[in-house]
Amino acid sequence: MDLKINGQTHRVEVEPDTPLLWVLRDTLGMTGTKYGCGVAQCGACTVLVDGVATRTCVLPVEAVAGSEITTIEAIESDPVGKRVVAAWIDKQAPQCGYCQSGQVMAATALLKEVPQPSDEDIAAAMTNLCRCGTYNAITAAVRQAAKA
Amino acid sequence: MTEAILNSKTKSPLRALTVTRRGFLGGSLGALTLSIALPHGRVMAKAAPEAPQAADLNAFLEIRSDNSILFRSPFMEGGQGVHTALVQILAEELDADPAVFAVETAPAGPDYSLTGGMRITGGSGTVRSSYEALRRLGASARSMLIEAAASAQGLSAEALSTEPGRVIDSASGRSWTYGELAPAASALEAPETVSLRAREDFRWIRKPVARLDMHDKSTGKAVYGIDLTVENMLYAAIQHAPRYGAQPAAITNEADAAQMPGVHSIHPLPGAVAVLADSWWRARRAVEALDVEWRVPEDATGRVLPADFSSQARKAALESADDDGIAHELEGDAAAALADAAQVISAVYDAPYLAHAQLEPPSALARWNEDGTLDLWTPNQAPDFFRAAAASVAGIDAKQIRLHSPLLGGFFGRHFQYNESNPFPQAILLAKAAGRPVKVLWSREEEFLMDAMRPLSLARMSWGLDEQGMPVAFSAVAPGEGTVERWFGRAEDSADTSILEGIAGKTYAIANRRVAHLPIKDPAAIGFWRSVGHSANDFFYECFFDEMAAAGGHDPYELRLRLLEHSPRHKTLLEAVGALSGGWKSGPFTAQDGTERARGVAMASPFGSEVATIAEVSLADGEAIVHDIWVAIDPGSIVNPAIVEAQVNSAVALGLSATLVEGAVFESGAPQARNFDGYPILPPDRMPRVHVRIIESGEAMGGIGEPPLPGVPPAVVNAVAVLTGQRIRSLPLSKTELSRRVQ
Ligand code: FES
Ligand code: FES
Repeated sequence: MDLKINGQTHRVEVEPDTPLLWVLRDTLGMTGTKYGCGVAQCGACTVLVDGVATRTCVLPVEAVAGSEITTIEAIESDPVGKRVVAAWIDKQAPQCGYCQSGQVMAATALLKEVPQPSDEDIAAAMTNLCRCGTYNAITAAVRQAAKA
Repeated sequence: MTEAILNSKTKSPLRALTVTRRGFLGGSLGALTLSIALPHGRVMAKAAPEAPQAADLNAFLEIRSDNSILFRSPFMEGGQGVHTALVQILAEELDADPAVFAVETAPAGPDYSLTGGMRITGGSGTVRSSYEALRRLGASARSMLIEAAASAQGLSAEALSTEPGRVIDSASGRSWTYGELAPAASALEAPETVSLRAREDFRWIRKPVARLDMHDKSTGKAVYGIDLTVENMLYAAIQHAPRYGAQPAAITNEADAAQMPGVHSIHPLPGAVAVLADSWWRARRAVEALDVEWRVPEDATGRVLPADFSSQARKAALESADDDGIAHELEGDAAAALADAAQVISAVYDAPYLAHAQLEPPSALARWNEDGTLDLWTPNQAPDFFRAAAASVAGIDAKQIRLHSPLLGGFFGRHFQYNESNPFPQAILLAKAAGRPVKVLWSREEEFLMDAMRPLSLARMSWGLDEQGMPVAFSAVAPGEGTVERWFGRAEDSADTSILEGIAGKTYAIANRRVAHLPIKDPAAIGFWRSVGHSANDFFYECFFDEMAAAGGHDPYELRLRLLEHSPRHKTLLEAVGALSGGWKSGPFTAQDGTERARGVAMASPFGSEVATIAEVSLADGEAIVHDIWVAIDPGSIVNPAIVEAQVNSAVALGLSATLVEGAVFESGAPQARNFDGYPILPPDRMPRVHVRIIESGEAMGGIGEPPLPGVPPAVVNAVAVLTGQRIRSLPLSKTELSRRVQ
C-alpha cells in the first residue's frame, strides 16, 4: 500500500486494518505522533489527513491510501504550522510535552480552516486531553498564532 | 513522596561541600568537566584526554570547546521544568547563558548522587535539595576558568571578571571564551572555597528564563521511552491477569495465535502473558486474542487481590474501624476538651482511589549484551531503586546494568519503583527468553489495570467548639495504609505520616489536638500520587473546617485569619490570596454574567511550601462550574517564576480533575474503568482561569510541583457548599447531583 506522508510516498506492507498510528510509529519510525489511549479519547495521535485533524489510533491505514497526510515531523514546513510552533514556544505551552504533538496538529488544522477563530471555535477544536493541565497556555498560544 | 523520605535521603552532605580536584580519565576531549564526589561533598575537575566512557562518567558539567555546556542532571524531567531550573542555578554562578546548555539525564549509580543516598526525583524536592550544591559547582567552574585565563595571560585572577560565557580583562578589553579556556582550566586545582553571588546580583535566578525543551516538545522531536528502538528489537504486548495475583495456568489457543501475522513467540510471565512480534500492533492483536486460563495458586506468596475486593467494601471497612489508632500529633488534651466543649461536630470524609493517568503509557526496553551486561531503558524517577530491582530480576550485579532514564511523558508519582506495576521486569525476562532486545509497551487498558493508585482515603474527625463558637479541640483518625508504609515500611508503634499529612501539621491555633493513624492494610496496588496524603487530607480538613466555622457562626475566611494571628507568614499569605481575588466574598453573589456564584477558601502546608487558595464556582446542570482559581504560594524563595506559574496551573488542573470527575472503582477484584472513556480526566473546557501570586518570604526553600494541588479540592467544595447548602464529604463531585440551596 502507498501512503503519502509529508509530501513523500511510502510503500508499506501491513494488514489494511492496522491503525495509521502504528504504521507511522513502528513501520515508518515517525514517533512524533503519540499513543495515549488507542480509543480516540485523548488526541495524542492527531495528524492532518487532507488538512483535517484526525485521530489515527482508530483510523485503518487503508482508509487513507491516496490522502495527504501531514505529521508533526513536517509541521514547520507548513506556514501555519510554523506560526503555531512559534506561539507554542512563546507561551511556553508544553510541560511533559507528550500531548503536545497532537495539540499542535489540532491547532494547525483549526487555523488553516478558521484563521481568526472565536473562543467558541477554539474550544470546539481544541479538545485533546493534557494531563499536565497546559490548557490555559494552549488557548493563549492558539490566540497568539491566530494574531501573528 | 513525603517530607520524611526526602529528608532521610537528603542528609547534609551539601553543608560539608568543599572544593578540591582529582584528576582522572574520561570526559570529552578539551572539555572542562566538573563533578561533586559524595559523601565528602567535593567538587572535582577532571582532565579530559579521552572520549567519554559509556558508564559512570562522573561529571555533572562539561564545558566544550564550542562553548556549549552539557549538564548531566541527576533529576528527571517530566514536565516540572527542573532541567531548566537546575541549569539556571548553575548558569547563575558559572556566569553563562542558560540557552547554551544541553541537559541529559545522568546514568544510575552513586556518582550522580548529588544529595546523598539513593536518587529520587520526587517530594517536590529537586530544586531545594540541589540548589546549594549546584551553585557551588557553577562557582567552582567559573573560578577555574578565570584562573586559567589569568595564568595564560600572566595576570592576577582578581583583575579578571566574567560576562556570560567569557572571561574578560576590563583593563585591556580582551576576553576569552569558556570553550577556549576549558582545556587549561581542566588541568587546574578546583578552588577550596568559592563565594556565591548575592541575591540582588542574580542574573538568571528568579527570572522567567525560557525552558530549554520547548522547541523539541512543540515539534515532536522530544524522545520518550515509548519512542526508543534498538537494532534487532522485538515488540512485546502484554495481557495481565484480570485479577491481581492470578497466574496463567494454560493458553488454550496458543497455536492459532502463533500463526497470526508478525508473531515471533508467546510467553507466560508472572501474572501475565506476552506476545513478541515485529510491530507492537501485531503483538497486541495476538496477545488480546489469547484465551488464557487464570488461576490463583493455593500457595500464592505475593499480593493477591481478593475476588470480592471492591472499593465500596474497602471504604466501608475503613469507615467501620473505630479504634483510636496511633497518635502522631498530640497537643493539649483533645478528648477532655471535646468532652467539655459547648458544641461538638463530627464527620467522616473520603476520597477514592486515583489513577496517575499520565499520558504516556508505561514502556521498558531491555537488551542483553554479549558480555552479560544489560541495558535497560525505562521511565523512572528513582534510578538507583530501579537498577537494584532490575538486578534482582536479571540475576546479575547492579553494576552490570546500564539504566537509561528517558524523558517522562507525565510525572505525578507514577514512575517510582512499584515492582509489578512497572513493565521493566517483563522486558528483562522477555529479552532473555527471546535472545533479542525487547520493548514492552502496556496498552492504556493494561495501564489502568496495573497502576499503583492513590489509595482510597478516609478520615473520621471531630471539632469541639466553645461558647463563642471558637474551636478548642480537633480530633482525627485516618484508617488505612499510607504509601510510605507500602514502599518503605512503618515502625510498629508509629503512625505513617504520609496518611496524615494535611490533617496533621496544620498551623491554626487549636489548643487541643489529636491526629492518629489506624493501620489497616490496603489490598490494592497503591503508589505516590502528586501531593500524596495531602491530595485527600487537606480536602478533609479544610472542608470540615468550614463546617466548624458555620457551626460556630463564623465566616470561614475571617475565622482562618483569626486562627492564624500567631503566624505572620500564613496570615500574609491568606491576605494575599484574598487581595489577588479582588477581596474575599462571603456567601453567594450574582456575577456580572448573571450567574449565582460563591467562593471557597483553603490553606495547605505541603512539601515545605505554604499555599492559600480561593475558588469561584457556579452551578449548571447539576455540576460545579469552576470559573477562577486564585493561588498565593510561598515557597520561601524561587528560581523561575514562569515555571512556578506553569506548575501552579498544572497542579490546579490535576487537583480539579480529582475534585470534579476522577475516581477508580474496583469491583470483584478489578478496576472497572480501563481507559479514559470510563475514567474521565479534566478536559480543556473545564479548566478555570488560574491566577498566581508568588510570595518569597525568605523562609527555607520549599517545593513547587505538588504544593499548589491540595488546596484546590477544599476551596472548590467549600464554594459548592455555599451554593447548595450541602456539605459534600466524598469525592468526586460528579457522584452528586448539585442543586442550588432552597432560599
Ligand atoms: S491515542 Fe488516539 S486519541 Fe488517544
Ligand atoms: S504536556 Fe504533559 S500531557 Fe500535555
